[in-house]
Amino acid sequence: MKQLHELTIKEVHEGYRSKSFSCVDLVKHFLSRIEKYNPKLNVFLALNPNAIAQAAAIDKEIAEKGIDRELLGIPMAIKDNFLTIGISTTASSHILEGYMPQYESSVTSKLLAAGAIFLGKTNMDSFAHGSSTETSDFGPTHNPWNPDKLPGGSSGGSAAAVSAQLATAALGSETAGSIRQPAAWCGVTGFKPTYGRAGRYGCIAMASSTDSPGPIAKTVADAALVAKVISGQDPFDATTSPAPVENYPTFLNNKDLKGVKIGMVKEYLLTDMRDDVKKLILDAAEKFRSLGAIVEEVSLMDPKYAIGVYTVVQRSEVSSNLARFDGIRFGHTRDSFCEETKRRIMLGTYTLSSGYYDAYYKKAQAVRTKMIDQFAEIFKTYDAVIGAVSPGPALSLGATKNQPMFGEMEDILVEQSSVAGLTSAGVPCGFVDGLPIGLQITCDQFQESKALMIADCYQRNTDFQQFPDIDKTL
Amino acid sequence: MYLPSTENPAKIGFVHKVTVTPDDVKKIAKLANLKLQKDEVDLFAGQFTETVDMINRLNEINTSDVPATYQVTGLTNISRDDVIDLTRILPQEVALREAKLTSHGFFVVPRVIDTDETESVI
Repeated sequence: MKQLHELTIKEVHEGYRSKSFSCVDLVKHFLSRIEKYNPKLNVFLALNPNAIAQAAAIDKEIAEKGIDRELLGIPMAIKDNFLTIGISTTASSHILEGYMPQYESSVTSKLLAAGAIFLGKTNMDSFAHGSSTETSDFGPTHNPWNPDKLPGGSSGGSAAAVSAQLATAALGSETAGSIRQPAAWCGVTGFKPTYGRAGRYGCIAMASSTDSPGPIAKTVADAALVAKVISGQDPFDATTSPAPVENYPTFLNNKDLKGVKIGMVKEYLLTDMRDDVKKLILDAAEKFRSLGAIVEEVSLMDPKYAIGVYTVVQRSEVSSNLARFDGIRFGHTRDSFCEETKRRIMLGTYTLSSGYYDAYYKKAQAVRTKMIDQFAEIFKTYDAVIGAVSPGPALSLGATKNQPMFGEMEDILVEQSSVAGLTSAGVPCGFVDGLPIGLQITCDQFQESKALMIADCYQRNTDFQQFPDIDKTL
Repeated sequence: MYLPSTENPAKIGFVHKVTVTPDDVKKIAKLANLKLQKDEVDLFAGQFTETVDMINRLNEINTSDVPATYQVTGLTNISRDDVIDLTRILPQEVALREAKLTSHGFFVVPRVIDTDETESVI
């Protein structure tokens, strides 16, 4: 029999219905796990002081009305760049240390309205500037598979929370890889919705033209449900789409992938990629074929150019967004920014400055157009493209030292889809050196249902979604 | 498909090897309202030179006649009715709650005029 922390969202709800346990039982169970393991993993920066009281109210609601909200009583871990009333929010930066949000972010409002309980806020790269969680001003998070390894980032705390089973599901955000890459390194499921599918209001901005909130979960099915809850036009974010949100969970549980055409991106099998990682991607392609899909090689621009585009776009937008941190209305002074944040603000200030705007920013945005056009051409024929999420498994703590482009290099395979605003599911596809490797299944904008359907079918027909025994690994 | 650019790099503002000097870094820091330590100035000068070199690879891609993309989903001119929506407004005491210095229900801000411009405004 599964223990409480091992249950999926559906299984939690079954447990509530059968009265096998209460919401208070479940929340207390997670809080005791967090108390035990968080000192070793550094996943949570702050806990919700009202979690047990909220769980008690939910138990009362379930007794009176049953389960009529989609995430009722689901304990979640929330990345610390989402503003949450009553739980401090820092974006893992000293500049916001002690900040108590004055309003609730749009996506966390939706999660609360759906009945979720927030256990606490998770560690991340400071201001999401990184792919390791090592740039956090509050110390790195450790990978539950091996505490000497990084969890990835920037949503490293949320991915580690799901992997270590310190929450049923988690919320992350992705600018370029920040959901998929930590999910890959921690061996869990990450889902990046299309840009503009979920609102950014109250999500501390990094790069406004690519920031996308999304779930990290135990299964594609759980991710699909959380994604559905947080999606939709947000009156507080003019860049959200008015397109109706499909009921993602209803697209799952396909028995095969007959009629699905998948493109395997040739350039994503990098020349310097380890053979054992390449093999897992080729094995995944074979698995898709055995499920009835047609898999063919497709070609995209050399991903090295995505590094240049992403670096310019992201640094430029960072320099603009972080200008608001002046220590006057909230937070501390700009001296509190860490080195990585200063580096990004500075480079963005440079690329936007007089005389350089056309050469760098406009040029990058033109190459971005070419990338978008290439994807559009591919999606005329193919339902999805696949490749590795990251060139290799989790790197060791300290790997980011003196590597100012660490994140860009680690995210080389996910930057194109991010700057193009596409949707993409990341699922585990095997292990090397005892560490998980992630597969990305990327679809055209607003094709969330398709990406989730393909990822779900793959996941149910493989057994790579595993959880480490943290009593042994830690 | 991705032929080396036929454009003259100098014409569109590119030079192939850019050296970002410590003086450049100091100028950027002032624009960005950041105070840097001497070792950070030197560190960033070296790192930015490398990063700009990498960015300049984009010059290998011909983008003449290619428009820039600023918004990926194609939305344009999203507006709302010009009416007061109280759900968008923080009550004054909540808005002021996180500020260190307030006076009579307002934020206190540092003086920005008639100051020595070499000083930080904060």
